[in-house]
Order: sequence, then C-alpha cells, then structure tokens
Amino acid sequence: MSHGRHADRDIGVGALARVEGEGGLHVTVRDGAVETVTLDIFEPPRFFEALLRGRRLDEAPDITARICGICPVAYQMSACAAMEDACATTVDEKVTALRRLLYCGEWIQSHALHVYLLHAPDFFGLADAVELAELDRAAVERGLRLKRVGNLVMETVGGRAVHPVNVRVGGFWRAPSPDAIAALAEPLRRARDAALETVSWVAGFEFPDVEADYLFVALHDPDRYPIESGRVGSSAGLDTSPAGFAELAVEEQVPHSTALHARLDGQGHYLTGPLARYALNSAALPELARQAASAAGLGAACRNPFKSIVVRAVEIVFACDEALRLVEAYEPPEPPAATLVPRAATGAGATEAPRGLLLHRYELAADGTIASARIMPPTSQNQATIEDDLRLVVSSGLDLPEEQLTWRCEQTVRNHDPCISCSTHFLDLTVERR
Amino acid sequence: MSAASDRRPTLAVWKFASCDGCQLSLLDCEEELLAVAGAVHIAQFTEMSRAAVEGPYDLSLVEGSITTYEDAARIQEVRRASHRLVTIGACATAGGIQGLRNFASAGEYIATVYARPDYISTLATSTPIAAHVPVDFELHGCPIDRHQLLEVILAQLAGRSPRIPSHSVCQECKARDTVCLLVSRRAPCLGPVTRAGCGALCPAVDRGCFGCFGPAETANTASLAGRLLEDGARRVDVSRLFRTFNAGAPAFREESLANEPRPTR
Ligand code: SF4
Ligand code: SF4
Repeated sequence: MSHGRHADRDIGVGALARVEGEGGLHVTVRDGAVETVTLDIFEPPRFFEALLRGRRLDEAPDITARICGICPVAYQMSACAAMEDACATTVDEKVTALRRLLYCGEWIQSHALHVYLLHAPDFFGLADAVELAELDRAAVERGLRLKRVGNLVMETVGGRAVHPVNVRVGGFWRAPSPDAIAALAEPLRRARDAALETVSWVAGFEFPDVEADYLFVALHDPDRYPIESGRVGSSAGLDTSPAGFAELAVEEQVPHSTALHARLDGQGHYLTGPLARYALNSAALPELARQAASAAGLGAACRNPFKSIVVRAVEIVFACDEALRLVEAYEPPEPPAATLVPRAATGAGATEAPRGLLLHRYELAADGTIASARIMPPTSQNQATIEDDLRLVVSSGLDLPEEQLTWRCEQTVRNHDPCISCSTHFLDLTVERR
Repeated sequence: MSAASDRRPTLAVWKFASCDGCQLSLLDCEEELLAVAGAVHIAQFTEMSRAAVEGPYDLSLVEGSITTYEDAARIQEVRRASHRLVTIGACATAGGIQGLRNFASAGEYIATVYARPDYISTLATSTPIAAHVPVDFELHGCPIDRHQLLEVILAQLAGRSPRIPSHSVCQECKARDTVCLLVSRRAPCLGPVTRAGCGALCPAVDRGCFGCFGPAETANTASLAGRLLEDGARRVDVSRLFRTFNAGAPAFREESLANEPRPTR
C-alpha cells in the first residue's frame, strides 16, 4: 500500500492473482478511515439443506458428515440429537458416554491439527508446519502424535477417523469391546502429557495486546464442560434450548458470501467456539485442565482472539482427560442404539463442534422423511464477528506494508479456526481508497 | 533449499467442491507425511501451507467436483500445470453428495437455501473432474483410504501403476471372516457391488455397506437390487441406497433411477 498517492485506486495485495482463492478480503478506506470490510467466502455451495429433503431421517448423520471432513462427528452428533428430539427418543446414558468419547477424539485431532499445523506457524512468521518442523521438529512431532491419538479414538469407537461409519441415530451400530476401549488408556495418558506440554508451549508465544467485546454463545451445562449436549447460553445471560436458539438466531444472506451470516435477534453478531465455550464454562473444567489454564495465564474468560490457541490447547488437555475418564468407566451400551419411532414433528439438536456451536433443525413428515432442514455451522455464525475483528486489525494497521497487513488479516481469520479451506487460503486483500 | 536447486518432485493438492476429508487423509499420513514432505516438494497445498509455488507440478492431487463456471475454468489451468493428475475421492471421481442436484433442478436447490438466489452463481450440475480434463488415475472412496493414497503417490512418482484392488467389499469381508449380513440378517448391503479398499469397515460393525467407495469394476447392481427387493426392501429405499456419495457413478446412477418410484398418474 503506498500511502496517499493511490487515493482513488483499487489495490490488490497477495499472490492470489493466480488460480485458486476461496477467500477474499475487500476493504474500502475513505479519508484515511476504514469504511467497509467484507470477507468474501467463495466456497462453492453444495446445497445440503436442499438435498436432505425427501431423505430418510436415519440418513442425515452420514449425509451431513460430508459437510466437513475435519469435524464429521459434530455433524453426526447434531443430526442424531435433532432426530431424537423430533421423535422424542431418550438414549441410554452409556450411549451418551460413548458419543462423548468419540467426540473427544474429534476435539483432540481437530484442535491438534489447528494448533500445530495451521495456527502455530503464524507465531513464528513461517509459512507452514513443514517450515516449523525445520525449526522445531520435536514440537511438530508432538502435534502429530496428539492428532494420531485423536484419530485412534475415532477409529476405535467410530470405525474410521474421517466420516466414521459406526454412528447411527439412537446410538451406534455396534458397541466396541471393553478390551478395545481399554487399549485407549495408555495412548490417552501419553496424549494428556503432550497436551500439557502444548499448553506451556503456546503460552510462551507473543500475542498482540488486543481485547474484543464479544457476545459469546456456547452450550452450557453447570456440571460439565459441554460437548455433545447442553442448553444454549450467552455472555449476556441467554439460557434456552437448542430449539429455542433456532428461533432466536437469524441468518441473513449477504452478496459477497455463500455462507449465511448469523445474528441473535435483537443483539447482533456473536461468537461461538473455544473462547465462548471457555468463557461460559471454565468453572466446569476438571482440576487438571483448570490448573493448566491458570498456569498459562488464563482467567475465567479470554477475550483476546490471538490467544484462542491457548484456549484450544487447554481444551485438548480437557478432551484427553475426559476421554480417559470415559475409557475407565466404559460399559458397552446394550442395545447399542435406541429405536426411533418416526412421526411428523420438528426437532433441533446442538453440539459443540471443535470450532463452535453447530445447530441442526429438521422438520419430519409422518413417514420419517425430511421435509425441511436447517443447518447452522459455526463458521457462518462467526463470519460477521470475524469481519468485526478484521475491521479493528485493518484500522490499526493501515500504515503497515501491504504484505504484513495481509498476513495479519489472515492470522485474524485463522484465530477463529473457520472451516479449514478458508482458514489457510491466501486472502486476496484489496484496499480501495476513496 | 531454493526452488531452482531443489530436484525433488513437486506435489500439488487442489480443492474444488468438497468437504476436505480426502486431503485430510494426506495430513493423516502423520509420520509418513514428514517423510513425504522430505521426498517430494509440496509446492501447493493450501490446506497446509501459506507458501505456494508456480507450476508446473509433477503430480497434482485433485479433490472435489466441478460446480461453478470458475471451477470449470480453473481445472483446465490445473491440468495444464500438471504432469500427472490424480483425482481423489467420490466428489472428484463421481460428483460427490452434491451431485444429488443432478437429479433435481439447480434453481430448486438454490431457492431452498438462499433467499436471494440472484447472488449465487452456480452450475446446474456437479460433475467429476474426468468430465472436464484427462485424468491419469482415479482413487475412490468417501473418504479415500490413506494407505491407498500413499501407494498412489509413490507409484505415480516412480512411474509404475499403483497396486489398488479392483474387486468388491464382499471379498474383503470374506478375507477378514466377517459374517455376511445379506445372508445372516437379510440386511441391505452394497458390499457385492462396491469397490474394495476400506477393508469392509461397515460389515465389521454389523452395518450394511452403503457404497462409499463407488461401484466395483464388474458390478451387477441389477441382480443385487433384485435380491434386496426379494428380501423385503422397498423400491424407494433401494433407489436411495444407490443415490448417495457416488450417485454420479454410472452403475449406481442407473440402478437408482431404475428403482425410483414413478409418480402416480
Ligand atoms: S469424497 Fe467424501 S470425504 Fe472426500 S472430499 Fe468428497 S465428501 Fe469429503
Ligand atoms: S463398507 Fe462400504 S460404505 Fe462402509 S466404508 Fe466400506 S465401502 Fe464405505
């Protein structure tokens, strides 16, 4: 960006003149002040809500899993919860415990992927984890080991790590044997140690000194850190069911994005994800994770988006610890799944995907086919808030060299771990000065 | 090492309409990955790297299907920049789950999801990569199997043909001594017509195969469909069974259409 001389020009920055590019950031500046910031998301739409119509209710978990290969369990679990809600089915506690274990596996692998391979390189000014490995191979290997244990949990409970095959509405196709589950204990213990090391590692990074005034939205459960169930709460005192939340959350289409933008009726943009979960539930963390958090300098809440990497690391400690507890208490559910009796009804389900609250809502016909579907992924709920973050970063960074500003913007996006494709694509930063 | 002095073969990974699950399989080659990164130069992998190098690339892995005008143009550029091009996963090889739009009208789909359809530009279809450019090898699965992926990468770089079985999931069940679900429980299972590769994961958890690896080379889908109907499956459910992630693969598409309930007049 050359100052002053280009008062009326479009300035394109970044290497995205080439062929790819699903993320673009467009900034307009008038009289030296940022006027608009738009984060373009060009993910080709795949029309899940349309293609679900007419499918049987039991097909929803496998179909919606294909929305995201990094958090398929989140989609499966929210779909199951919504269908069970619609059919007024309660599932056995042992099924819930096994679901929570599977979900811990996904948190571990997804968070390890994000922390080590996608986010950490930013703090060293490096392009990727391969470069990071040249600098600190032990760290990257620790990340890969963690991710592998997450995958192992998913493979043992779900059959495979990407798009598990063992999940069905009502529970599982087959309960894993007690021996298979017990074999997870040792790897999980080692993973928990690696997770504690991760917390100290990331706590030592340098963070820009910023705080944002987020409206946090997350599942809330007074007794335990929420994963696969809970009521929906907010930092402004919201307390409602997933179905109630579906009524409150308004989604709007904006011209520059194929992701819908969400806001809370009457309250505006909000943020879901680790920062929100932590702010609303840190008191429910088990001792070990709480100690790790306070040793890393976290209070009861954290409003610095750059420090989301620390919160994610604390959540890996929690997920390993929780998985261990579930492994030790494991009893195979018998039968492995509850039977759903289809009826004409509406059901909603919300669970905590690694990157935030994921809501599904379905309207079923009497024969158990889907009449309409609504899916609110965390990324689209967060998009408007990410734009707010970007506005701050750009406003305070207009004097930076173009390349540095682009990098900082990309990092700002990555702070919120949006679906992976937009988290690592080059941003094509365009600054238009008027 | 500078790009010029670097003699390692270059690998590029490209994403079109997809869920990222197949390229995640490459990341999931955890230990192998750092080794692969040493043996090849990962020149373009937006999932993983901020750095990118211009082509040409020795090997391109392509995930995802073609659903927009821009992507239809972009795949031509990727092909031009790639010495070898391998497609990975059901999206890239058969159009993926988003290919269900091929059975409906695109306008109908857009209107269901977006209040302002005019903001969205998309093709009416989701098509496999091979419908647009020549493809050197297709690796199937939703998602692909990571061991098969490593084998394909190594084979492509060594200039030999990959050792990927062409038989069915049925044979994988036999090999691992899994009791046949079709026989023992009359459960709907696509194992006899589905390409091997997963190791018969579903039957191992008492679940019928739902065909995520797509049709095997000699798939007699009509005979299997007849068997499922005899065993009491409803025609509409047989149609649905063939119409998921590989609904665009000709054998599955035809069987799905053949069992589609006709509108009553
Ligand atoms: S084939 Fe399946 S796993 Fe692979 S990208 Fe497509 S939807 Fe994802
Ligand atoms: S058994 Fe069939 S549906 Fe299951 S993973 Fe294998 S190919 Fe896919």
